[in-house]
Amino acid sequence: MSSFQTGWQQLWSIVGKDLRSELRARHVWVAMALFSALVLVVFYFAFDLRVENRGPVAPGALWIAFVFASVLGLGRTFASEQEHGSMDRLLLCPVDRQVIFLAKLIGNLIFLGVVEVVAVPLFAAIYNLPILGGALVVIVVLGTVGIATMCTIFAAVASTTGAREIMLPLLVFPLLIPVVIGAVRATQSLVVPVVNDPPWPGLLAAFDIIFVTISALVFQYVVED
Amino acid sequence: MKTLTSHPAAPDEGIALHPQRGGWLQPIRQYGEYVLGGLTALGMMLTIWAAFLYAPTDAVQGDVQRIMYFHVPMAWLAYLSFFIVFVASIVYLLRRDSRWDWAARASAEIGVVFTTLVLISGSIWGKAFWGTWWDGEPRLTTTLVLWFIYVAYLLLRFYGGRTEGSARGAAVLGIIGFVDVPIVHFAVTWWRGLHPDGYVLQGTSSNMPMPAFLALMLALVTFTLLYAFLMLQLYRLERYTTEAQRLRAIVEYGDDGDISAS
Repeated sequence: MSSFQTGWQQLWSIVGKDLRSELRARHVWVAMALFSALVLVVFYFAFDLRVENRGPVAPGALWIAFVFASVLGLGRTFASEQEHGSMDRLLLCPVDRQVIFLAKLIGNLIFLGVVEVVAVPLFAAIYNLPILGGALVVIVVLGTVGIATMCTIFAAVASTTGAREIMLPLLVFPLLIPVVIGAVRATQSLVVPVVNDPPWPGLLAAFDIIFVTISALVFQYVVED
Repeated sequence: MKTLTSHPAAPDEGIALHPQRGGWLQPIRQYGEYVLGGLTALGMMLTIWAAFLYAPTDAVQGDVQRIMYFHVPMAWLAYLSFFIVFVASIVYLLRRDSRWDWAARASAEIGVVFTTLVLISGSIWGKAFWGTWWDGEPRLTTTLVLWFIYVAYLLLRFYGGRTEGSARGAAVLGIIGFVDVPIVHFAVTWWRGLHPDGYVLQGTSSNMPMPAFLALMLALVTFTLLYAFLMLQLYRLERYTTEAQRLRAIVEYGDDGDISAS
């Protein structure tokens, strides 16, 4: 069996383990989905949207809801491992650190995906924007990969401190600004088409590739103990 | 699991904080710092003279332009600091030598101080020239994001304490943060669309008269000397703090200084 196949099997067995433990016990994704829905509703009241300013403003609310929910939920990426002391055992397994990182990232993407399946239709409904479609799915996936990558690596970094809950947003928000700008602009262009706009989905994909690569490279240094 | 960062293999550490070493470097070790400090002080006085008296008043901006003789060198110093954090973080992760960690930490502190000063001086200049304290100008916005990244870095170090795990986490932020800076700049440049008045500052430096150019160069050299001087002080402070914590741990927890042993 090639090393690629082994890594592939290891990847999905870690993802499967995380999903099982999530489904059996913690239900963080329920809280995340509810939280992002709540943020959308709060912004709906905060902005006093009308027909003419809804297009440019509403996508910002959607992406802030995603970023907030991610920081809230994905900070727990390594929490259960640390609470039960199973991180050491996971690290003792003959598994590449990159595989562990990618597995955690895929798990987080699945959680965020569930949140978005709830939040995006709600967003389209309460903001009354007919933007559901293939283009929106592509933008949401591209933006989510960037957010989830940063949250995964910095969940590990923040858990080296005693103040994980407050450190994670402080670390992640400034670094995520390019992703938020790109995602919001791309979503806006679905509502109100802009001429001469840079190719935001392509730029988002480039940001994602840079973030995933560098995070996978440095992850091994965060978790070794 | 949590041990203090002091690295047993590093030859520089130990109880003796002033190792007397011979060789041709000895005079530099002993007096270099005073020479550096003296040159910095002298350069600062010359810079103040050059910025306010020697350099001509700008035809378009008037006296407000003189803030550039401090603003530009401080911005250079901020970016230099974070570049040093980036390099020191990489070397620390590869070599696990605490000295690189101290260097990264010291440089980040200097960088945050000067980024703060850049933002303040930039705002003052903006108020005088644009009429507003803040503008969506890409470089200004990038610098603000930069400030947030490295304040978070210092907070991470503060909450993490002087453990090896915290040092590694901070090194990871030192690397990702610096790689993120050009991406942020790129994104905020495109965010507003490329408007031409975004590059007002460049127009002032492109056709600069010779005295103004010389004053700016003098300021750049002086601030670089200041960086080196501050680095020496903060690096030593880091080293002594770590050493003091190790000694305290020895007194409190037993002879190997391992906190987790108790």
